[in-house]
Amino acid sequence: MSVIKKLTVSASPHVRSPQTSTGIMLDVIIALVPALIASVVIFGYKALLVTVVCVISAVLAEYLSRKVMKRHQTIGDLSAVVTGLLLAFNLPSEIPLWIAALGSVIAIVVVKQMFGGIGQNFVNPAIAARIILLVSFPTAMANWATDSKFVMTSATPLASLKAGEVTEDLPSLLDMFLGRHGGSLGEVCALALLIGGIYLIARKVISPVIPLVFVGTVAAAMFIAGKGDLEFVAYEILSGGLLLGAIFMATDYTTSPVSFKGKIIFAIGCGLITSLIRIFGSLPEGVSFSIILMNIFVPHIEKLTTAKPFGTPKRDKKAEKAAKKEKKEAAKA
Amino acid sequence: MKGYSAKGVLSAVVKGRGGVSVSHSKNTRDCSTVRMPAPTQVVLPMQQHIGAPCDPVVKVGDEVKIGQLIGDTDKFVSAPIYATVSGKVTAVGDIKLANGSISQAVTIESDGQMAMDESIAPPTVNTREDLVKAVRASGLVGLGGAGFPTHVKLAFGPDKNIDTLVVNAAECEPYITVDYRECMENSTNIIKGCITLQKFLGFKKVIVAVEDNKPQAIQLLSEKIKEFAGNDSFISVMALKSKYPQGAEKMMVQSATGRKVPPGKLPADVGCVVMNVASIAFIERYLETGKPLVSRSVTVDGSAIRSPKNVRVPIGTSLSDIIEFCGGFKEEPFKIIAGGPMMGSALVGTDIPLLKQNNAILAFAEGTFNVKPERDCIRCGRCAQVCPMSLMPTLIARYAKSKEADKLEDSGVMVCMECGSCAYVCPAGLPLVQHMRLAKSVIREAGAKK
Repeated sequence: MSVIKKLTVSASPHVRSPQTSTGIMLDVIIALVPALIASVVIFGYKALLVTVVCVISAVLAEYLSRKVMKRHQTIGDLSAVVTGLLLAFNLPSEIPLWIAALGSVIAIVVVKQMFGGIGQNFVNPAIAARIILLVSFPTAMANWATDSKFVMTSATPLASLKAGEVTEDLPSLLDMFLGRHGGSLGEVCALALLIGGIYLIARKVISPVIPLVFVGTVAAAMFIAGKGDLEFVAYEILSGGLLLGAIFMATDYTTSPVSFKGKIIFAIGCGLITSLIRIFGSLPEGVSFSIILMNIFVPHIEKLTTAKPFGTPKRDKKAEKAAKKEKKEAAKA
Repeated sequence: MKGYSAKGVLSAVVKGRGGVSVSHSKNTRDCSTVRMPAPTQVVLPMQQHIGAPCDPVVKVGDEVKIGQLIGDTDKFVSAPIYATVSGKVTAVGDIKLANGSISQAVTIESDGQMAMDESIAPPTVNTREDLVKAVRASGLVGLGGAGFPTHVKLAFGPDKNIDTLVVNAAECEPYITVDYRECMENSTNIIKGCITLQKFLGFKKVIVAVEDNKPQAIQLLSEKIKEFAGNDSFISVMALKSKYPQGAEKMMVQSATGRKVPPGKLPADVGCVVMNVASIAFIERYLETGKPLVSRSVTVDGSAIRSPKNVRVPIGTSLSDIIEFCGGFKEEPFKIIAGGPMMGSALVGTDIPLLKQNNAILAFAEGTFNVKPERDCIRCGRCAQVCPMSLMPTLIARYAKSKEADKLEDSGVMVCMECGSCAYVCPAGLPLVQHMRLAKSVIREAGAKK
């Protein structure tokens, strides 16, 4: 008889899929690379510098805060790298580096780790940090690149679009698509963002529901606001942080609903708030605010949309009403 | 894989949500079942089924023959135990089973003769009551793995409105091929068994459901249906999508009939009986010969097994003897599993007897399965997407840790069948099945306090 020394005994299942959290984060990083390359081409080495500073400070902030809080290290899951990248993509290339680093620290320490780390934050760390920076350093946050040979205009297209119609000084739609216009360093090149988005969908990291419904809602709202001007709709979709937000920020697992129905409600909400801010607000951009507002609604959306366990009988409203009526009548009698 | 379609083969009524695509690893699919020679001894626990344990009816020193009753009880939800080799009873006493529970067991030392009990004769079955009685007397329990006494499922009156028999030949667990071999080697018995059960129990429809990764089995069964039941028969073969856990009872009923079994209910509540394909073939053999359940087929496979096989083994044979028959280990085993890799249980050793419901013995060397580091939940929702019962495993895990019994009850965790799909996909490597078990025990404890 064979002698067995030691057997491993563990609960089923004994097989596990090859997918890991780190692998998912790595996929997101890969999907962000085209936009990073585009931003370096458009804004020069400064874009790379801002990105590197954001990523390094985000990882360092995560490492140190976990250490101080005496929790197990989580920098290996690469989520801090993703946060750093996303924050950098939301900043102008001319931003002072210390502000960029501060943004990363706010995102990681205040928004993510203080609520318990990965999977526990109730709003998207990169967006929350961007908004805090926007309120604290409005001038630095609006200092769009002017010395790049690619960027034709210093104002962002959204500021020009505010009037509600397409004006002469806007870049062409092709320039808008390729990213030759002012804006945050990761948001300008629609082409690069779409490549990243398609990669994420193909790798099944994200579902296409949120990006499609989000952008679709904005398109529909702008179609009405622009009185059917399709060129205006196209400009609205390609400008500001809409694609970056819809593909990479609104799809954040932690701060978006799990169910299909929930995702649709969430994305429509994002699209509506973005459109309302763009049309009626005094700010030119509304994507960050819309996402952060909807992030706060996520627990409630989840509660409303969680599927019933398999086989749960459908609520028979007619029967319920009839039962109520009977009760009332019985009470009367 | 593309869906299977052929003339006369039904396609699933409901494709079903959830589930995971696990590597099939059906390495032994072409290994014809081989009969293992008589072991030197067998150990027959009195608890090899869900329900009341049997009491031994033999004592040390008794001479027994194959098919002789050695354990029974007057409880209904139970199944009698028969001697599986001929020889002498050498011990009657408590042993520890694989799941850690203690059961009485009868040990028989084999005389190597494998002599059958002369009194074995086909039962006379004229009514549905006779059939239920005969099935109970055969000692049959669900051969697919659960071990539920089969006659209990069949003991419904004609007023119950049960119109469909679903024959489960999905075999969605990786590695296991005994049901496939049953289809290939005993297709006549399977179809005849379906006809017999229909005759006595009055099913309107019999659906033999097979996953579409077994096209040969689908074809063979279709041919046999034509041969024994004619063209427009009440029996049909149905090809199901190969997706784990297709063979789970509730999934099976939904895929085959479109009906959903409500939480806390049984397939019978929606007019269905689900039976394993090998159980059907056994019933037919039993009615023809009267030989009770004394042996069964098991798949012996895994990266540590020298020559993987499908083996027909006397019940009660020690697992180590069976592994030895399959060439022993070629590598030091790291994990040995009774059942499949998704729902089977890891064993502490091989010095335990094969039970009626064991369909596979899998031994794996270290490094066969990838081990994920356990990280924090990133709320990706994959567990909820794959859950065939539409649960939210990550949320349930959270409530279970904080012991919130009320929230757990609302979560529907009691319908969880522990199929392991959630833990399989979890990118954070969380032991979600254990969390589900914890959640159930939290609910039970809270219920006991009330």
